[in-house]
Amino acid sequence: MAVTVPKQSGVQTRKEAWAFRLFVSPWLLGFVLFTLGPMIASFVIAMMRWNMVAAPVFVGLENYQLAFSDPLFWKSLKVTLIYSFASVPMGLVLGLFVAVLMNQKIPAMNVFRTIYYLPAVVSGVAVAILWQLMFNSQWGVINTLLRSVFDVKGPKWLLDESWVLPAFIVMSLWGIGGGMVIYLAGLQSVPTDLYEAAELDGAGPFKRFLYVTLAWISPVIFFNLIMGIIGSFQSFTNSYIMTSGGPNNASLFYLLYLYQNAWQYFKMGYASALAWIAFVIIMALTVVVIRSSPAWVYYESGRGR
Amino acid sequence: MAGKTLTSSGRRTGTVPTQGFHWWQSKQIQQRFWRIVALIIILIGAAVILVPFLWMLTTALKTETETYAIPPKWIPDRLMWNNFPDALRLLPFGTFFRNSAVITFGSMLGALLSSSIVAYAFARLRAPERDVLFIILLATLMLPGQVTLIPLYLLFNKMGWVNTYYPLILPAYFGGGAFNVFLLRQFFMTVPLEMDDAAKIDGCGFFSIYWRLILPLSKPALGTVAIFHFMGHWNDFFTPLIYLNDVDKYTVSLGLAFFSGGGLSSGRLEWLMAASVVALLPCLILFFLAQRMFIQGIVITGVKG
Repeated sequence: MAVTVPKQSGVQTRKEAWAFRLFVSPWLLGFVLFTLGPMIASFVIAMMRWNMVAAPVFVGLENYQLAFSDPLFWKSLKVTLIYSFASVPMGLVLGLFVAVLMNQKIPAMNVFRTIYYLPAVVSGVAVAILWQLMFNSQWGVINTLLRSVFDVKGPKWLLDESWVLPAFIVMSLWGIGGGMVIYLAGLQSVPTDLYEAAELDGAGPFKRFLYVTLAWISPVIFFNLIMGIIGSFQSFTNSYIMTSGGPNNASLFYLLYLYQNAWQYFKMGYASALAWIAFVIIMALTVVVIRSSPAWVYYESGRGR
Repeated sequence: MAGKTLTSSGRRTGTVPTQGFHWWQSKQIQQRFWRIVALIIILIGAAVILVPFLWMLTTALKTETETYAIPPKWIPDRLMWNNFPDALRLLPFGTFFRNSAVITFGSMLGALLSSSIVAYAFARLRAPERDVLFIILLATLMLPGQVTLIPLYLLFNKMGWVNTYYPLILPAYFGGGAFNVFLLRQFFMTVPLEMDDAAKIDGCGFFSIYWRLILPLSKPALGTVAIFHFMGHWNDFFTPLIYLNDVDKYTVSLGLAFFSGGGLSSGRLEWLMAASVVALLPCLILFFLAQRMFIQGIVITGVKG
């Protein structure tokens, strides 16, 4: 921030610096108390065996070794990654698709935008219960529609090991409106003259979409991709309410398994180790996305996030 | 929606077809055709999004036998409005609503006060360490919450705050969330500096510039923060789940989960759905009241709510 204020005396500069320190102190205190301190503590606790009743015992890296030989850890990691790699790109493509359609001077666009955004407003327990009932294989609305419209006998969804994750992915697609609204705003900010220039250069509709539209909103896509990956590691409520991780742990999401270890089995050390493993995986995935970004993310100078 | 809309094909309309062109080669007609196709797809999508809501509402108004009917009844014979009081009588939902309100608004006040003063410091006051601190603040945005989860729980447990509202309210007063600070800082930077200078000449100190000038000018941004805070905290399930034990301290989300999972609803879908509808109402009403602010907020921040 370049600020030009008339000459300031050293006293005023010092006064301003102290005002800054005073005003940011709530955040700084919160950062130390609720973020930095707990992070360090978490690292230490991850090297302990601690059930909150007996005194903690230092065990070094044992918790990490336990995790790597724990089939449920691998299961929960697999469940989370499959969900993430399916729902994030599918949601992205579908959200973008709807945004492009809606950008075609559609009548009553505001009404449609509201409807598409509604599911993003109402996340939580009530929605999980609603979908749990909708996925019921006998009287649930999804299988009923499959039977009456397509004459297909629907799967058992939440009760079937191989259908429970697809069920969660379908459910996540219901919420594409959240991303769509952002893409739509991005589409509406594309400068008209870019299209005109591309058309003069002989670019057809497809090329114009690829090199103008997609390029222009690629920072938004990039940002949503990272947040989507992080988000799937935070996914908890739906699996807790709808399946409790079942059947046969086929929907044991990572955070659910961490929760079970910490608050049902009181393995505080082990759960902390799980948290650190998740942290490393999320950071690694984020770095991969960021590293790959120069190849496909376009930043107009000064427009970077 | 203000702002220019542009068809993704970007063709300029009004070009006169030269002789020998068939009518379907007219750009205007092609454009109209694609717009109709887009509208149809959007309509189908909107229907798919609305079906769960509709099903929820009609189920809440059915009799017990109708909820299990095969094929399902979309519109009940008689609207059973009694389901609402009947369902809400089974648990102290009034208390749950009060608890959710106390937590949501108690922490909202903290988030607004705290994030705005920190944001003001970052936007306006100069200190040597400012940029370093701001980078740390941005880094915490990316930090997945799991890493601090367990130590925070142990900390609050040690202080005897488990099963109280302190862990759910107090942290908001320490910084009010890195994301809110970032959002407000971006907004404050758009307020012209000349206004600060004018206020300084009038004898205002740093705090009165923040309190009397910046805050009143930033009502839209503060409104956005308040709305996102409400949505996030009203729907939050994980934090209340780990901190609150007594049923009379439950939030709406916890109460609903307890109602659904604890066998209290005794398989009565109409009661479950009636309670869920009521639980969703505050967010839905707020969304419809503040829709414009909402969409603008999402667009500004580029993040799902």
